[in-house]
Amino acid sequence: MAGADWPPSADIGRLRQRADWLKAVRRFFAERELIEVETPVLSQAGVTDVHIESLRERDTGRWLQTSPEYAMKRLLAAGLGDCYQITRAFRAGEQGRWHNPEFTLLEWYRLGFHPDQLMDEVAALVAGFLGATGVVRKRYVDAFLDAGLPDPLVAGEAELTRAASGHPNAMPVPTGLSRHGLLDWLFSQVVVPGLPARCFITHYPAGQAVLARLDDADPRVAARFELFCNGVEIANGFHELTDPGALRRRFESDQVARRRAGQAIPDIDERLLAAMASGLPDCAGVALGLDRLFALAAGEDSLAGVIAFPWDRA
Amino acid sequence: MASYSTNQFKSGLKLMLDGEPYTIVENEFVKPGKGQAFNRVKVRNLKTGKVIDRTFKSGESVEAADVLETEMQYLYNDGEFYHFMAPETFEQHPAPPEAVGDAGKWLKEQDICSVTLYNGEPLSVEPPPHVTLQVTQTDPGLKGDTSSGGSKPATLETGAVVQVPLFIQEGEVLKVDTRTGEYVSRAKD
Repeated sequence: MAGADWPPSADIGRLRQRADWLKAVRRFFAERELIEVETPVLSQAGVTDVHIESLRERDTGRWLQTSPEYAMKRLLAAGLGDCYQITRAFRAGEQGRWHNPEFTLLEWYRLGFHPDQLMDEVAALVAGFLGATGVVRKRYVDAFLDAGLPDPLVAGEAELTRAASGHPNAMPVPTGLSRHGLLDWLFSQVVVPGLPARCFITHYPAGQAVLARLDDADPRVAARFELFCNGVEIANGFHELTDPGALRRRFESDQVARRRAGQAIPDIDERLLAAMASGLPDCAGVALGLDRLFALAAGEDSLAGVIAFPWDRA
Repeated sequence: MASYSTNQFKSGLKLMLDGEPYTIVENEFVKPGKGQAFNRVKVRNLKTGKVIDRTFKSGESVEAADVLETEMQYLYNDGEFYHFMAPETFEQHPAPPEAVGDAGKWLKEQDICSVTLYNGEPLSVEPPPHVTLQVTQTDPGLKGDTSSGGSKPATLETGAVVQVPLFIQEGEVLKVDTRTGEYVSRAKD
């Protein structure tokens, strides 16, 4: 019956708690003197990430942000300084226990920070919600090797497919996966379930650099990290790429891949590239899924326990 | 041929995988933040009951299984097949013992069962949630006998054995929950 699902999916006590949690996040950043910023949710340029689909506003053709990253970097280039944002982000089609197409993202940037320092800060924030437990740091390569898989920087498609189908918890691998698709499959199906309760994965393959700079010592990997808590991905951070030429090449190759796959092709964000050309300070930044963090803090096994009106009730 | 996209996946949906019919038990959307999205599903083989895990690329299409769940009346067992009848068409469908499985011990003639048809053939049979069956054999309960926790086994007319309270006698008609295999009450007339 239409309307029967009018009440929130999360209980009222939990929603009151959510308000306290948001206050705690703001207090965390106030104590560290980061500036809270707001940037537009709708933008003329979109993101070109091959695996992220944006929602589009029909009347203006503007894209709903998938993260506030580009706009925040323009603020950094303009000289704002360390800043954070709590905002809504949107990703089409991402719906499940740990996904809601509209979600609350916390994103922050630290000037002059090395990823190690930013990981310390992420761990401190998370400890406030999930308790202070040791956080393991593991390179992407080692996470694969520890799971008995081939070296993800070296192995070809055939070897990865073989490793996947020969693995003890083997499942047929979906057909037609690219090499990176195979890595994603192995990572999500084999590696993540075996990770320690709280674990940073670092040094992602260069092909998964997104907006991270490549590692100075080993350009096969990117200065990117992710935090996993109980197998749930909570945060994604970069030592930010500051070279607009390199970023333009990544955007363009994304567009080529999207065109080949028949996906919508958002315009490249020229304002971001211009801001970077004017000088993006050396910085590290991270995006953290607040709904997921809150759900874990509450001991819920889905986001619906901490969101008032998830997608189906919105 | 009918097919489903992964974004239509939900529990109960019937799929063909490797030429076998399956039903989705659980569907989970899995996506590394910046990577390829997958649907991870637990599916139950409708023939064997075996549950397996599978993953699909999100957006992929999967063939639908030609499976129909329908209510049918159980008629009789000819020693080899269990015979069911579709109430509207009076069409009869013989079901092999594998399809009936555990449900067989609850089946009494005339009872309405839920029968899953695959390509028109019975694939599995669910007994009604509650059945009323007569006790054909049980030991006389001794007053004050609590040695077996206040219950004793009773054999019912279909051959099923259930634990019943000590006061139940042979010849009585009982209501039994087929989902748990437990005695519910004496049947009311």
